[in-house]
This record gives sequence, structure tokens and C-alpha cells, in this order.
Amino acid sequence: MSVIKEYWHKLSSAKHFYPIAGALLPWFLIPALLMLIWGSWQGLVVAPADYQQGDSYRIIFVHVPAAWLSMMAYMVMAINGAIYLVWKIKLADIVAESAAPIGASFTFLALATGSLWGKPMWGTWWVWDARLTSELVLLFLYLGTIALRGAIDDRQRAGRAAGLLGLVGAINVPIIHFSVEWWETLHQPATVSKFSAPSMHSSMLTPLLVMALAFTLFFFAVLMVKIRAGILEQERHSRWLSALYAEAPETTTTYSPEGEPGRNG
Amino acid sequence: MITTALYKQFSREMLGAVRQPGDALAPVVFYLIVGMLFPLALGSDPRLLAQIGPGAIWIAALLAVLLSLHKLFRSDLDNGYLDQLLLMPCPLFLLIGARLLAHWLQTGLPMLLVTPLLAESFGLDYALLPVLLSALALGTPVLLLLGAINEALTLTSRGGALLALLVLPLYVPTLVFGSGAVYAVYFGENPAGHLSLLAALALITLLFAPWAVATALRISID
Repeated sequence: MSVIKEYWHKLSSAKHFYPIAGALLPWFLIPALLMLIWGSWQGLVVAPADYQQGDSYRIIFVHVPAAWLSMMAYMVMAINGAIYLVWKIKLADIVAESAAPIGASFTFLALATGSLWGKPMWGTWWVWDARLTSELVLLFLYLGTIALRGAIDDRQRAGRAAGLLGLVGAINVPIIHFSVEWWETLHQPATVSKFSAPSMHSSMLTPLLVMALAFTLFFFAVLMVKIRAGILEQERHSRWLSALYAEAPETTTTYSPEGEPGRNG
Repeated sequence: MITTALYKQFSREMLGAVRQPGDALAPVVFYLIVGMLFPLALGSDPRLLAQIGPGAIWIAALLAVLLSLHKLFRSDLDNGYLDQLLLMPCPLFLLIGARLLAHWLQTGLPMLLVTPLLAESFGLDYALLPVLLSALALGTPVLLLLGAINEALTLTSRGGALLALLVLPLYVPTLVFGSGAVYAVYFGENPAGHLSLLAALALITLLFAPWAVATALRISID
């Protein structure tokens, strides 16, 4: 029991997580890139064209994983924000802060690809489709948390405020999604859903799932990089960090009397 | 002891509104003005106005509530009253609840009272009026409570437009269900589904929002 407790305690400290994040990075990044290449090849070249949409459907191999990740990143952000709010674990705040811009990027990607898909399908860049609309609201929720964080100078207060806002947003995301779907059925009963196809052939489904997994791993890879950057920023005055990056010749000059002219003069 | 504190809190807020009626009524006038802008922008075709009316009234209500939020805590933050409130030996969320109730009686209720005027100016069918009023009666507390959370969060932050950026996405469900209820009657359907969802939203918000506002205030004022 105490071993597990100690393990968690270590994992949640910035000092211990910093090297772990560095070690995990290639394990996320390399499979992500390999699967991204394989999935793109399978999806864009090997998979057959859709009998109704032709080649234009192929954008789902980017659009659908991006939309999934936009939701997942929000959950990662909201959960970590809540952890920071309750237990004041600094690392959770760094994770929440790091997840927000990545999630916003995925949301933007989902919106942009959805819009590109709309042009051949509906003839316009934008229709008030329920999924696209709730993605748009999600983008605004992301921008709101990022803006709130930016508007508060005190780091701790900014983290707690963003955490609470993320929590409120997390309760609201399903409600918003449901309300927008409800709204669409009322106002546009004739619209055909994009995913009305009864089942997907495995030649399309497999690359889609591979791409989704690749996007997820890529998300975690970028998250690790951003967490490390966040730790560096937050702990920049701490001793363990300077010990980690201190090079042998530099330390010798620092301790020599002529190495510190500022203190003497 | 707690009931006395709550009553004092409530009566203080109400008394302020009685003594400064112009302050309290500004959002209501704003509500009417925004309603007036729609015909000016879209033309005075009676059929068009009757069709956009419910949605326009809802957007006007939403913006009026948004505008009224700055009166919730700002002046009390400046004069130090809010710090005293946080120190009181009484659950903060209850005090917040009393304050929000007073605020709704000053802005939400007058907005409901002038809604028939706005409905008439859009030439809405009288059959729509009961649904419009009940939807607004259920919806404006939700708008106020969600707004109060974000107002409390942004109380000591920089940036004026931030509040609107945070609040408006959260207003989507209320707007959809609220105007949807009125349009259901407009298209000859039963509005009960919309109103039930709106009531559910109001209950959830009533349950959680005072606590969230209290937490947000403690974050903003440390």
C-alpha cells in the first residue's frame, strides 16, 4: 500500500515526472508516426472510393480522429483541472494547461476538415450540421479557458480558475452536444447524417481506427513535450533542475570568485 | 442565525435596487432596445417579424442578462464588502443564493413583465405568450447562474470581453431549448419536451451553480 502511495506521490511530482515524460516521448511519437504513415497510405490510396461520395470521403481519415481527439483532450484538461482544484497537485495544472492548446488545435482541424468536406458534399463551406456546430462551440470553450488563464497573472489562481471553468465546461459539453442535435432535428429534418452508412467495410474501418490510434499517440507525444516545457518554466528556479542541466565546466566557473562579478561589485 | 444572515443579505440587495432603481432597470431597457434593433435591421414585414420574434426575444434576453452580470459583485469587491462576506460564519453558497435570488427579482422578473410588450411589437400570436413567458421564467435563472459563475471567475482578471467569451458558449443549450419551446407552438407542436428539458437544466444549475460561484469567488479573492 505504502509502495503504491509513494509511487503515486513520485509520479505526481514535477521533479520525477520530468524524466519520465522525456522517456515516454519516443514511445508515443515513433509508433504515432509509423501508424500515421501506414494509415494515410491505406486510407488515401489503398481503400476503395465510396460509391456515393467518390474520393471526397477520404477526409474522414483525418476529420473523424481529429473530432475524437478534440473531445478526449477536453476530458484530459477537465480531469486534470479538477485534480488541481481539489488536491492542488502542480503537475495536474501543467497537464491541464498543456492539453488546452493541443485540444483547441484538434478542434480547429476537425472544423477545417469538416468544412472542406462540406464543399463537395453540400456545395457550401459551412452548413449548420449538429456535429460541426457542437465542434464550433467546443472551440469557443477551449478559447475561453485559454483566455481566462492568460487574463490572470497569478499562476496558482489562473490554474484554479481554469480548472473550475473546465469542470463547468465538462458538464456542459454533453448537454451542448445533445441540445444542438435536438435543435437540428427540429429545424432541418431533411438533412442526411454523414454517418448514415449502415456499416463500414473493413478496408475503410481499419485505416480509420489506425489513424485514430495514431492521433491519440501523437496527442500524448505533444502533451509530453508541452508538459516538459511547462515543468521547465515552473521549476526554473528550483535546485534539482539546475543540477540536472548544470554542465561540469560551468559549475566550476560559477564557484570561482571571478565568475561572479555581480556579487563582488 | 443563518436565516437572519440570508434575510439581511437578500434585503440589502433589494434595498439597493429600490434606492437606485435606474441601476436595476438598465438591463430591462437594454432588453427592449435590442428587441427594437431587430425590426430596424431586418425590415418591418409582419410575417418575417412574427417568425423571427421568438428567437430575437431570446437573444435580447440573453444579452440583457449578460449585461446585468457586472452588477453582481463588482461594486462590493471595490468597497471590501465581498471580503467580509467570505469571512462570514455561514455557508457562502447560501449567501450567494440569496444574492442571486435578489438579482433575478431585479432583472429577470422585470424582463418577464415587459416581454408581452416586445411580443406585441413583433406581432407574435397570443397563443405563444404563455410558453414564451414560462420558457423565459425557467431560462433566465439558468442564464443568470451560469453567468454568475463566470463573472466570479473573471472578477479580478484583466480583459473586458473575456466574460462574454466564456459565458456565451455555455448559453447554447438554454437558447436552443428556450426558443425551441416557443417555435414548437409556432409550428403547432407540443412544447412540453422543450420546457421539461429547460426545467431539468434549471434544476441542475440551481443545484450546482451557487456552490460553483462560491468556489469561483474564493479563487478570485484570496
